[in-house]
Amino acid sequence: MRQIIPIKKGIKRLCLFLAASLLFSSPALSKDTFKIGGVFSVTGRASFLGDPEKKSMEMLVNQINAKGGIDGRLLEAVIYDTEGDPQKTVNAVSKLINKDQVIAIIGPSLTPTTLAVVPFAERSKTLLISCAAGILITEPVKPWVFKTAQSDALAVASIYQHMKAQGIKKAAILSVSDAFGESGKQQLEKQADAYGITVIRSETFGAGDTDMTPQLTKIRKENPEAIICWGTNPGPAVVAKNVKQLGLQIPLYQSHGVASPKFIELASDAAEGIYLPTGKILVADLLPDNDPQKPVLQNYIKEFESRYNMPVSGFGGYAYDAVRMLAEALKGSNGDKEKVRAALEEMKGFVGVSGVFSFSKTEHNGLSPDAFVMVQIRNNTWELIR
Amino acid sequence: MQEILQYLFSGITNGAIYAVIAVGFSMLYNSTELINFAHGEFVMLGGLGIVTLWGGSLLPLPAAFVLTVIGVAFVGFLLERVALRKVSRSQPIVLVIITIGASIFLRGIGMLIWGKDAHAIPSFTKLSPMDVFGAKLMPQSILILAIVLLVVVGLHLFYRKTLTGKAMQACAINEKAAWLSGIPSDQMVLLAFFLSAGIGAIAGIIIAPITMCGYDMGILLGLKGFCAAMLGGLGSLWGSLVGGLLLGISESLGVGYVSSSLKDAIAFLVLLLILYIRPTGILGIKEAKRF
Amino acid sequence: MKPECFKNRLYYGIFLPVIAVSGFVIDSPYYLQVLTFIGINTLLTIGLNMLMGYAGQISLGHAAFYGIGAYTTTILTVHFDFSPWAALPCTLVVTGMVAFLVGLPMLKLTGYYLGMGTLGFGMIVYVLFREWSHVTGGSSGMVGIPSLSLGPVSFSDSRNYFYLVWMIVLVCIVFCQRLIQSRVGRALRSISDSENAAKALGVDTKDLKLKIFILSALFAAMAGFLYAHLVTFISPGSFDFMVSIRMVTMVVIGGMASIWGALLGASVLTLLPECLHAFADFEMVVYGLILMLIMIFMPRGLTRGLMDIYERSVSKQI
Repeated sequence: MRQIIPIKKGIKRLCLFLAASLLFSSPALSKDTFKIGGVFSVTGRASFLGDPEKKSMEMLVNQINAKGGIDGRLLEAVIYDTEGDPQKTVNAVSKLINKDQVIAIIGPSLTPTTLAVVPFAERSKTLLISCAAGILITEPVKPWVFKTAQSDALAVASIYQHMKAQGIKKAAILSVSDAFGESGKQQLEKQADAYGITVIRSETFGAGDTDMTPQLTKIRKENPEAIICWGTNPGPAVVAKNVKQLGLQIPLYQSHGVASPKFIELASDAAEGIYLPTGKILVADLLPDNDPQKPVLQNYIKEFESRYNMPVSGFGGYAYDAVRMLAEALKGSNGDKEKVRAALEEMKGFVGVSGVFSFSKTEHNGLSPDAFVMVQIRNNTWELIR
Repeated sequence: MQEILQYLFSGITNGAIYAVIAVGFSMLYNSTELINFAHGEFVMLGGLGIVTLWGGSLLPLPAAFVLTVIGVAFVGFLLERVALRKVSRSQPIVLVIITIGASIFLRGIGMLIWGKDAHAIPSFTKLSPMDVFGAKLMPQSILILAIVLLVVVGLHLFYRKTLTGKAMQACAINEKAAWLSGIPSDQMVLLAFFLSAGIGAIAGIIIAPITMCGYDMGILLGLKGFCAAMLGGLGSLWGSLVGGLLLGISESLGVGYVSSSLKDAIAFLVLLLILYIRPTGILGIKEAKRF
Repeated sequence: MKPECFKNRLYYGIFLPVIAVSGFVIDSPYYLQVLTFIGINTLLTIGLNMLMGYAGQISLGHAAFYGIGAYTTTILTVHFDFSPWAALPCTLVVTGMVAFLVGLPMLKLTGYYLGMGTLGFGMIVYVLFREWSHVTGGSSGMVGIPSLSLGPVSFSDSRNYFYLVWMIVLVCIVFCQRLIQSRVGRALRSISDSENAAKALGVDTKDLKLKIFILSALFAAMAGFLYAHLVTFISPGSFDFMVSIRMVTMVVIGGMASIWGALLGASVLTLLPECLHAFADFEMVVYGLILMLIMIFMPRGLTRGLMDIYERSVSKQI
């Protein structure tokens, strides 16, 4: 009998030890790492955004950790898929904030999903660095919400500047009927006057539509001098094909939503001659050597393409920039959310993939208009113009 | 004149594609009284199949066409054999939910095989667009219309002239009576699935060159095909053709004369009106079975 | 005591403590939020189950009512500065009116044609949400919906919202139970079995179908109201065709003609995607497979299926 008691005691001690280690080990572990969250539309209609964003984030976190992390602490990335659905995004963000207790969140990829989670980030005082383009995200400025994607307004300005230089006065818009197309259309209509351009007709198409000739026929009737198509793949590629088929001989402008090699592949011959604004990533090698972004871009392209063996697009760059800036802001913060936020808000002249970022209390996107360049598609590749 | 012709060309091309998809829905309903929500996914598999087999220049076009259709038809065969046979005596709504599950499953498989991006293939013919009174007619459109008519007439003849086709019709009219007269109704259902999936694949193949194929293209096309089948009257072959063309034309005229942003609403409004006047579709005779 | 009645008491006996306790025990706002979404989906599913399971009428466009509920309260509170509690009755009245006007001509359709008609209605409403942008905010959606509060109790706290939603769910469950056991409930079931026979026995089937259609629309509107004030943001994407399909799936997975089945179906299909995150790109395949398997092995829904398994195991032991 005597023997049993120590054993019992031993078991008790073991249990206590296990319980204690369970209780204390997890906070102890999380103190050694910086936990950051990611919410991207990895699957679903907007997977062309979310997929490279997720890949870029994972790649960069691995690289930072391989170099020893930040202040000797490793980064830990928790990434969830939103499928582009607001309700799923809200759940994912709530999980990141409350269950995973991350310091900051990168994403979501889309404007509606971002707008859905902004109140959650604000309420819990968690840094949110969105990868979506919509101007509503950072206007008005919310203390905890930043974004890295170029606003549509800048893309529109680039297109209109180019049109003005070409002497185009009458333009027609053909936009996709989702948040991206709607925001683009609003900006196009808003800024037209400033460049002396009249929008003579504005049509839309559904994201899954297979034929846009009726819309183009309607546009042709008004004799515009150029057509601006605002959408994301594959719709604009169909538009490009239909324009060629109808024999329209006027310039076609596309948005930065199709700025990836995939567009040329989809539209093939019909892509010839199309103008579009894009982040500098598509023409990295054509940039002058004194461009500050050139080394960053070339580095990102090399790393991404060698790791994932797929062509790079500007979209992954949104997450890449976000993680890099976050890593910068985390330095010396010891994981204090408010310190990270303040560091990010004071960041000036940060050279990223999408442009040069300078944040301030009143500016949480921080990109200057030269983040965009105009390119033309010639011989199945991008040519820098201007 | 030029505009209206152009709208009609576009409407008829799209409508013809809706019609083939509708035929797939309709003939399956005829034999099984089931609406297959995974039908759009057969269209997707057809489109992506031709992208790989022909677009990847593995096979010449006719061989790729036949192989894709047979391959997808076999998927339809499997769906019936593996998933639906076991519960075929349940309420129809249960079968419908199984096909919804199957559609999500197939979409997932499509995403894993072909990736998340869309794919494109060149036109089947190298001819340039024709000029008809100033409107452009794509050779691909003529090809599509020809194939659609071929499918519908072929099916019509199959039902009228062959023993198997007549047996299938007999099953559709009264399964028990057909069974009593020695028709293996189980095999007829299997055959219906095989044919309907194959026809879905044909729709996917002919639409591939005029649009882009991605793993999620099936949702919208399936939906439009379903509407066309209902509009024409479930179970009626010619009704599907009429329904498809009507839907396609009302969409493109909606864009042309009302508003492109409201085109879906217009098409559905037309549909609701027709359903209100004829509660079993334009050419539908059969009383609709309850869910 | 009738066995049916006993079973009901048993379910209440499980349901009430589980809700009360989980509200106390669960601390993480994330889990509370997921449970709140389950509550909202349960409301949708119960309403649709009344229509599909009891009255035997399909609707493939119920997300429209969910959306009308959400958009009405949003427009009233954001554009017209209504308090949410004042907006609630307006929301219900508006949705009820729409359901009446739509149901009147629509319910003359039967079977798949009714499915088609409701689907078309759902699409039209969706396009309206998307294109009427100066009122509904268009595709980008609407921000700035106020959170609920009642005196000193703020419902922006996830625990309070959890209790609010489940209180409403409970009221609806009790209401539906009473309704089903009443004369109306029997009449409803008679429509589901055979509409002609019901008519012959003097049931005003047209009137009853319309009433139950409006009732299920009101449930959906209530769910929409709760959704809008929980997330404080809405966009048309949350009320599209796929949402209608998901609602039907919840009803059938849980089990038709079963209030508790609606609860189970909503819970399973809300939790499933949260659990399947780990599968990443395989999520869709696994989700579709699970859906098929449940229906293949439990064609009468989860409630009935689980009960069968239980009864079989009990009879084996004996």
